[in-house]
Amino acid sequence: MSVVSGSRLKGAIRAAAAVVMGRAITLFARIVTSPRAIWAGIEPVPRQRVYFANHTSNADFVLLWTVLPVMLRQRTRPVAALDYWLKTPLRAFIGRDVFNAVLIDRRPEEREQDPVALMTAALAEGSSLIIFPEGLRNTSEEELLPFRSGLYHLARQNPGVDLVPVWISNLNRVMPKGEIVPLPLICTLTFGPALHLAPDEEKDTFLARARAVLLAQREGAPS
Amino acid sequence: MTTTPHLIWLLLGVALILILATVIGELLRAKVAPDGSNPVIENLNARIAAWWGMVVLLSLAFIAGRPGVVILFAILSFSALREFLTLTAKARADHWALAGAFFVVLPVQYWLIGTDWYGLYSIFIPVYAFLLMPVVSALRGETKGYLTRVAETQWALMICVYCVSHVPALLSLNIPGYEGRGVILIAWLIFTVQLSDVMQYVWGKLIGRRKVAPQLSPSKTWEGLIGGTLTASAAGAALWWMTPFSLMQAAGMALAVTLMGFFGGLVMSAIKRDKGVKDWGHLIAGHGGFLDRLDSVVFAAPIFFHLTRWFWT
Repeated sequence: MSVVSGSRLKGAIRAAAAVVMGRAITLFARIVTSPRAIWAGIEPVPRQRVYFANHTSNADFVLLWTVLPVMLRQRTRPVAALDYWLKTPLRAFIGRDVFNAVLIDRRPEEREQDPVALMTAALAEGSSLIIFPEGLRNTSEEELLPFRSGLYHLARQNPGVDLVPVWISNLNRVMPKGEIVPLPLICTLTFGPALHLAPDEEKDTFLARARAVLLAQREGAPS
Repeated sequence: MTTTPHLIWLLLGVALILILATVIGELLRAKVAPDGSNPVIENLNARIAAWWGMVVLLSLAFIAGRPGVVILFAILSFSALREFLTLTAKARADHWALAGAFFVVLPVQYWLIGTDWYGLYSIFIPVYAFLLMPVVSALRGETKGYLTRVAETQWALMICVYCVSHVPALLSLNIPGYEGRGVILIAWLIFTVQLSDVMQYVWGKLIGRRKVAPQLSPSKTWEGLIGGTLTASAAGAALWWMTPFSLMQAAGMALAVTLMGFFGGLVMSAIKRDKGVKDWGHLIAGHGGFLDRLDSVVFAAPIFFHLTRWFWT
């Protein structure tokens, strides 16, 4: 009896701590980068969506999550690497409890569940997702790496879901890899028109199209 | 203690102007486009609403006295610097120099202002920061675009920190017979310069035809410039009794700061054009960014500071 109520209490404390931590993280992100969301060709309405963005920093999904209206934020889950987010207890708390991340294993030889199946299951529960189709952080000079096939499989298995391109600018300048002090520059997130897999569209054609649409959301790119 | 009544009169006057502006804005909306479909009127009303916020913030800082004013302008400098440096050329090698601009140079400059150290705050940025920051960048070894990166960062500091900090620096001027009333000087400067901006906008919208610099800004007209600076100078002169200046001196000073304010807007427009943006930021509804509102004060403040210091102290 007391064990049950004790674990329930623990759960409640953990949940409350997660809410406070979530607020603290978004506030911190707002102070550091003063992020600005530009909804270009799509509105922030509560439809089920997969937001796919360029990936230059570990803070990418935090920023995307921050600029979403609260109502949308609550049902949007980032897809993140299990090996990174379960490394320390604090990361695990932030990844699992605060962001409710869908944790996927990037190591094919060790994983038990297929990442696309995990994402599809999350979509089936009604969640929206944040994914980075480049598959890993882009530290190269290229603006955007070629997409992995995950986005295609996700689109094929969930044809009704809007795929929304989000270009995140400047975050790699705020916190370049290897630096410890962030620069408080302004980051802009441009949300573009939703994308769907066309019938009979080949994998490579679709991935190239999705990549081009994301690149088109860069600041200054003709709309 | 004549600070308080004068300040209250000025703030009441500003509140009256804003009430009038709010009423006019609402009437215009009700008459022309009650559904909010006219972008000019909506922008006007957003601007007026933001003005209320800015006036309340400034009033609170004035009431809090010297620490309040110094902290408020330090925060404004920070926001302006962030907007400026978001657009300037930079490389990874500049990371430490830029972090130093935000977290060392800016706080030190305002600490010097707060402690009244004129000998150092008047040269700290142009001498120490300008000589040492390029060294920090050079040590990282990246030479591509070096001069552009260094020069743009230095301009950012000059505009956003050095110039802005000359507003609270007015508190440290020792004007005989005007002790302890520096806050009034700041209020007068900001009132005159911002009124000039507003009146340039109003005159420009009403009778503006001939553009001053069509490549820079489609909204700056000769009619707006002359009408705005003259109206604001007359208003600034009419407030001579709360300044250390005589009526004619106040008129001259008001003309000087409104013209500098206009030049500030012009120069900052040129930079925005160069960088391909319309506004510096997005945080002040209807106005754009902090720099969009501060550009005129930025250019007027150091000149006003030194004119006053040279002739009245």
